[in-house]
Amino acid sequence: MDEVRIIEIKKSVFDDNNADADKLRGELKEKGVFLLNLMSSPGSGKTSTLVRTINMVKDKLKVAVMEADIDSDVDAITIKEATGVESIQLHTGGMCHLDAEMTRQGLDNLPLSDIDLAILENVGNLVCPAEFDTGSCVNVMILSVPEGDDKPLKYPLMFSVCDLVLINKIDVLPYFDFDMEKCKENIHKRNPAAKVIPISAKTGEGIDQFAQWLQQQVAVWKA
Amino acid sequence: MHELGIVFHIIKQVKEVAKENDCSHISKVVMNIGEVSTIVPYYLEDCWKWAVEKEDMLKGCKLDIHIIDAVTHCDDCGCDYPTVQHAKICPECGSEHTWLLKGNEVEIKEIEVN
Ligand SMILES: Nc1nc2c(ncn2[C@@H]2O[C@H](COP(=O)(O)OP(=O)(O)OP(=O)(O)O)[C@@H](O)[C@H]2O)c(=O)[nH]1
Ligand SMILES: [Mg+2]
Ligand SMILES: [Zn+2]
Repeated sequence: MDEVRIIEIKKSVFDDNNADADKLRGELKEKGVFLLNLMSSPGSGKTSTLVRTINMVKDKLKVAVMEADIDSDVDAITIKEATGVESIQLHTGGMCHLDAEMTRQGLDNLPLSDIDLAILENVGNLVCPAEFDTGSCVNVMILSVPEGDDKPLKYPLMFSVCDLVLINKIDVLPYFDFDMEKCKENIHKRNPAAKVIPISAKTGEGIDQFAQWLQQQVAVWKA
Repeated sequence: MHELGIVFHIIKQVKEVAKENDCSHISKVVMNIGEVSTIVPYYLEDCWKWAVEKEDMLKGCKLDIHIIDAVTHCDDCGCDYPTVQHAKICPECGSEHTWLLKGNEVEIKEIEVN
């Protein structure tokens, strides 16, 4: 019994999670629930953008939010207070990303039969969340103006897994040497199919465009 | 930390394989890690040492890391070149029409069980 044996595996560490994520997507499709995975660096404006957007769509769609802060429930409370929609805190156990299993556990705590749009605010980080498929129907990321227009070149994987890039904080464009055209060019180098919408979660500029895009995506998913 | 999450995924998968094969203990895990996989081998080893001691099945389990060189291919002139030195731009012809041939692996190659 105690003999040493070698078992060949030759499998990517991400394979299991990818399979989990596909399964979760299938279940969500059946239930008619659309899952949005929102990613960005810390402080790019995920929570602020969600508040504005949810207030714009909540009459047409039943929305719930899952917040994945590493160690606080500040964002979950903000969302609940500012929009009135259901909002829960996920426990990542200090982890830098959410995987499909953790996302599923979060969804289990939501009244899914009464939800059209579930939103996941992922951990603030441009590296790790890109590697783990959460089972979401679309991936959206926020790049804010102060971070710089070269980020798509420095974090290519994040930009390549996103269906939509929101460029936030455009109200501060006059104070930064951020080149919008250059940024779009850099994004499209990594991901020619990505849609780009410039927004300001502060002034509300562009949020209607994002809300419209989102409603369209949900309608297609539920069709 | 990124590497810790990766370690948990590795542990979960090797435990499943060991169970399927009726093994009670894993003594070594061999990984293929690409040069541009974003994994820092030193951190991975550190997290590994900490995490395996919490698992009966993996007590004292060694981690063996094989580094895979990153190579990029150029579609315009057809050459292959080292990614880490030259990144996206082909050193032969200056083209940007290039793609990673290998080097982003985070792969469990094999395990040693008893
Ligand atoms: N000027 C300006 N500030 C903004 C904008 N959007 C967000 N902010 C500010 O940026 C800071 C961070 O915004 P949050 O919405 O908390 O960002 P977040 O990405 O949710 O942050 P974490 O969850 O901590 O990663 C806050 O002080 C916001 O008021 C914007 O469009 N313009
Ligand atoms: Mg937030
Ligand atoms: Zn070339």
